[in-house]
Amino acid sequence: MTGHDVYLLSPEISLVGLALLVMGLDLVVRRKGLLTLVAVAGLALPLALSIVLWVDVSSEADGRLVGVMGALSIDKFALFFKFLIVGVMGLLLAASVDYTRRMPGLRGEFIGLILLSATGMMLLAAATELITLYVALELSALPMIALTTFRMTSRSGEAGLKFLVLSGVSSALLLYGMVVVYGVTGTTYLAEIGAALATPMDASIPFGSIALLVGVILIVAGFGFKISAAPFHMWAPDVYQGGPTPVVAFLSVASKAAGFAILMRVFYTAFPSVDLDWSMLFAVLAVVSMTLGNLMAMVQSNIKRLLAYSTVAHAGYMLVGLAAVASRIDGDGIAAGPGSLLFYLGAYAVTNLTAFFVVMVVANKLETREIDDYSGLSRRSPFLAFALAFALVSLIGIPPTGLFIGKIFLFTSAVQSGLAWLAIAGVVNSVISAYYYLRIVRLMYMGEPSDGKKLGVSVAFGLALAVSAVSVLALGVAPRLITWITDGAARVLMG
Amino acid sequence: MSTFDGMLTAVVFLPLVGAILLLALARTDRRVRLTALAVVVADFVLAALVFIRYDADGGSRFQLLDRFEWISTEVFTAQYQLGVDGISAPLVLLTGLLGLCAVLASWSIKMRVKEYFVWLLVLQTAVMGVFVSLDFLLFFLFWELELIPMYFLISIWGSGRKEYSAMKFLVFTFLGSAFMLVSILALFLADGGAQLDMIGWAESGADLARTVIPISVVFWFFFVAFAVKLPLLPVHTWLPDAHTDAPTAVSMMLAGVLLKMGGYGLLRITVGMFPDMTVDHALILTVLAVVTILYAAVVTLRQTDLKRLIAYSSVSHMGLVVLGIGAVGVMGGTYNKLGLTGAAMQLFTHGTITGLLFLCVGVLYERTHTRYIPDLGGLAQRMPFLAVAFVIGGLASLGLPGLSGFVSEILVFLGAFKAFPWLTALGAFGIVIAAGYILWMLQRALFGPARERFAHVGPSNLMERIPMALLVISIVVVGVFPSLLTDVFDAGLGPITAVLGG
Repeated sequence: MTGHDVYLLSPEISLVGLALLVMGLDLVVRRKGLLTLVAVAGLALPLALSIVLWVDVSSEADGRLVGVMGALSIDKFALFFKFLIVGVMGLLLAASVDYTRRMPGLRGEFIGLILLSATGMMLLAAATELITLYVALELSALPMIALTTFRMTSRSGEAGLKFLVLSGVSSALLLYGMVVVYGVTGTTYLAEIGAALATPMDASIPFGSIALLVGVILIVAGFGFKISAAPFHMWAPDVYQGGPTPVVAFLSVASKAAGFAILMRVFYTAFPSVDLDWSMLFAVLAVVSMTLGNLMAMVQSNIKRLLAYSTVAHAGYMLVGLAAVASRIDGDGIAAGPGSLLFYLGAYAVTNLTAFFVVMVVANKLETREIDDYSGLSRRSPFLAFALAFALVSLIGIPPTGLFIGKIFLFTSAVQSGLAWLAIAGVVNSVISAYYYLRIVRLMYMGEPSDGKKLGVSVAFGLALAVSAVSVLALGVAPRLITWITDGAARVLMG
Repeated sequence: MSTFDGMLTAVVFLPLVGAILLLALARTDRRVRLTALAVVVADFVLAALVFIRYDADGGSRFQLLDRFEWISTEVFTAQYQLGVDGISAPLVLLTGLLGLCAVLASWSIKMRVKEYFVWLLVLQTAVMGVFVSLDFLLFFLFWELELIPMYFLISIWGSGRKEYSAMKFLVFTFLGSAFMLVSILALFLADGGAQLDMIGWAESGADLARTVIPISVVFWFFFVAFAVKLPLLPVHTWLPDAHTDAPTAVSMMLAGVLLKMGGYGLLRITVGMFPDMTVDHALILTVLAVVTILYAAVVTLRQTDLKRLIAYSSVSHMGLVVLGIGAVGVMGGTYNKLGLTGAAMQLFTHGTITGLLFLCVGVLYERTHTRYIPDLGGLAQRMPFLAVAFVIGGLASLGLPGLSGFVSEILVFLGAFKAFPWLTALGAFGIVIAAGYILWMLQRALFGPARERFAHVGPSNLMERIPMALLVISIVVVGVFPSLLTDVFDAGLGPITAVLGG
């Protein structure tokens, strides 16, 4: 490992250092609130280092810095995800300060494990080699599995075990797929795989050969688990219901983003020559995922299960962005797909965090996760009810919210790639989803609370919630705030 | 190239700013009402100024432009672009007027006052935005934005099956706009087209645009969205429910301006951007219009709930808008222009007339606590002011010469008769039936012997009389001096009829 490698990895290294520092402090500090403070303040370091790297990368001719024997590519694409994950973590740690207060003796570990998992996700977005990619994936997944059991209830334990087993199975599928791809191409480097497959072997078979077809399908199945797309979503409802809410929030936002990051990286770099084949594969997965997610969400009575199916549906919308690979079709111009998807991931992150923050407080203060108990929430706390309602409106895709613009971008890219039917499926699904999201809004504003209990929130939480909710609005009225980043990031994929 | 006049931005966003001020500052219900009133009065003045500043005789087609780049990524660009032409300027005025009347009509709201006025003001921003947006994304944004305040206004402050009605309204409109979104995206990605710039599409026309989906699909998808909003048969079923269960002021806004979004969309996009295809399909439009007019008129006859009656009569009257548009089926001559001007006039006159009728029903209901027509009667003696306003509104609605409804109806029929004489003659029966249900309703609800149980009913108060008076004045003024509006509408429709050879 050279000094240059250390520089390239500095955000991740500083994050690991921060995790160790927090866990170490946990042993000596008596006031545990300090841990959150240190963790949130400490995030400034990886953020600053990422900004330095962004400036550095911008001046490079090919827009990337390659390190660690070519296994990592630090480019705007990877850096976008570093920003996203650091931002999500900052908000999440600040918001979960009340929640973690109720886990005596585990707060250091809680924060430390989240930081370690985030390190894995950041590495994942930069990985350009299959083994590195796999290691990063495991680094991001294992801490999450441990965290899932942190509620110390039987349900939480069950969720953790399910998560462990299914995560193991998906890893096995992924590894097997990678092995097959390696067998066909003789290399683990994505760019070299792409070069080896530059001319399709047999145009009559999808992906050029049966072996490669099997390999790709196994890889998609492995990643499909990560992004909780149907039909690989079975774990999501149980884990969401059983796991601690902050962990679930992190899972639904950062983990999903990292999963999409690596999906985009792998398919755009390693399989550009057979893009029409995987475009259709993702288009079908997209429709299945959004339809199944929305239909299942309609019949849920537990809010966390509902949000689990909602993330399945949103994985479907996001897959629309993967399916849209227009550039390869008309040969000029660039695909709208990746840029739209990146924007959507950003907008989805703040939207879903906003929703989960409110769920977190309600679960904490009212000891309930049942949707019926949200009745009259506007009377208990207008702030919380408004934030949740706004997030739900964004999830439907009604203006002026980030996901409204995000959906416009995604569906535009679908129509642009000649997948107008996919855009129609997406739009119709949005209409269906309005039904179950609005059911919650209706309860909050039109229902009567079961008791006179008011809900107060701490300053740190209120601040985090306000920041995320305002971001949802800001992305809805001024998408430029991040499109200049997502544009640059998307261009990396197009070579 | 950005340009910024600022006036339209002010008209659109003033109510929103007012809503935020209400949330932040107003503490007592009284102060909430007064602040809301101040905001809508100011917005009405601004809207009137927009109408006055619009120069129908000279100048460019779209005026008072506010434009700057809003979204700009490598594959997606959208402008913030507001502007008015002869079609939208009167509708801005209408929205300002009805917004003002709606706030006055809401004076007696007692429940969750602050929230109510906040949503009412947000609604006004959304509707204003629809009428002045000249960029498709912005247009679509405002079109969708209107859903949320309406949903809350109906389902919290409504009556009857309010939550069902609110959800039905939302699902219908949302589904309609889903179709519209696909069309917008198709136009955006058309080869060599004007992207999202509505001015560009209005000038170049979209009939021959090369889109990824067939252009006729684009045309009909737009049409579905507007037909739901207008509403046309068979997608009208949300309207009677929503109207009946909404609070008075919201019914006024719904009938007065929200339905006009559908008519405006037909004029601006269907006719304005697809003139040739509209001509080709004029027969279908006319048949739909006639069916809507007649069916809704017959159903109206059978209604026993005052609000439901006026709601169904709205469906019938909005059919006239499409009938006028169908008149473009006659190529050349001045007749298609007459039809279009009539359709546009109908948007304005129906807005004020139905607004007045719903207001009268609301005031009546406030005192009698029933809208069931057989239970009413003999109220003219107890509420003379209301009775006069109600009768004027009713007579205007059935098209009495000298009142505004006559002007638009005669224009529509003159234009449509030339294009499709037999169908139009059939449609004219709608007017005959209208005379029946309106007069019958007035007679049963207002006249006849005084009833014992209404002995306690007092006359209307000042806060109710002001909006009634405003609407009556507008009805009479437009009825006597129709050229105030027809000249403006003509100027706006001129470029469209020029394409049609009119």
